Amino acid sequence: MALHFELVTPERLVRSEDVHMVVVPGTEGDFGVLEGHMPVMSTIRSDADVEIYATAGSQPERIKITGGFAEVNDKGLTILAEHAG
Amino acid sequence: MASLKALKIRINSVKSTQKITKAMKMVAAAKLRRAQEAAEAARPYAERLEAVVSSIASKVEKGPQAPKLLAGTGKDDVHLFVVATSDKGLAGAFNTNIVRLARRRAEELRAAGKTVKFYTIGKKGRDQLARTYRGDIVHSIEPGDLGKLGFDSVQEWASDLTARFEAGEFDVAHLFFSKFVSVLTQEPTEIQLMPVAVAETGAVAATAGASVEYEPDEEEILADLLPRNVSVQLLRAQRENAASEQGSKMTAMDNATRNAGDMINKLTIQYNRTRQAAITTELVEIISGAEAL
Repeated sequence: MALHFELVTPERLVRSEDVHMVVVPGTEGDFGVLEGHMPVMSTIRSDADVEIYATAGSQPERIKITGGFAEVNDKGLTILAEHAG
Repeated sequence: MASLKALKIRINSVKSTQKITKAMKMVAAAKLRRAQEAAEAARPYAERLEAVVSSIASKVEKGPQAPKLLAGTGKDDVHLFVVATSDKGLAGAFNTNIVRLARRRAEELRAAGKTVKFYTIGKKGRDQLARTYRGDIVHSIEPGDLGKLGFDSVQEWASDLTARFEAGEFDVAHLFFSKFVSVLTQEPTEIQLMPVAVAETGAVAATAGASVEYEPDEEEILADLLPRNVSVQLLRAQRENAASEQGSKMTAMDNATRNAGDMINKLTIQYNRTRQAAITTELVEIISGAEAL
């Protein structure tokens, strides 16, 4: 029961793992993505943090990303960012 | 017949050339591995972006309000050739092959009555193109070491190109680079950079069927993604070029090393023959001198 999460930059594939939840800083507001989320495409605010919850209730890991785009489909969540970390 | 000393000097000089080409080959081999890894690391991003752009673009109507980068300027009179080469030579026919392809395409378009301008990335490409098209080069960039190129500098070129496109300096942009197939084969390639060429089929299927929510709407996402797509295409070309350059250099230096080896063998044989001839002459002189007594 996990969400497949991928974070990709032009330089490399930063993350590809199964997590509990990811909070995405969308242009029109943050949204949390759990497994089985409906398909969404959204642009991402500049200089915002993505919060990754490895398991329910754990401390979130924050990764700063710039200039990006998030896509949720039945395979999971993919974030395309220009810079990460 | 060259003197013994002259031959010896010649052999030593070829030997030191061989040492240099051998070292260059090994450096190229090490750099090639890194360049190849970088080219592969850039692939997932480019593939996903392309899939997303195609699937959104197929949903957006190509009306007058559609982004210029997608719909084009409505003409195809002025073509801009973005020719990506390297700053350094000694890489076999790497630079020449890219320039040759660009030149051939330019002649075709000129024959069809179009205007062709050049935007060169890399010193070698500029120098070669300047021989025939000096007045048509609108801008040149010297990227330095292709292997160390980051996304930031590529982004600068992309925004410069996009600004020129929006200003109506040209109608269609083509990108020329060398695709890395294997160490022995690099293929000069042309892709259309602007307006964005959208694959009509294929990637569309990925999101079809599911109702996708767009945040903000499709048009705005597309307006955000299209310039990014240009940078990513440019970056991909640079990465492919970096790998091709090293591959080509490795092959060229391997050939040079082998040629130097052949030459050393030939010169050594000649050296030995000359030495033996000198010894024989001396012996003949001594023997005939002794017989005369």
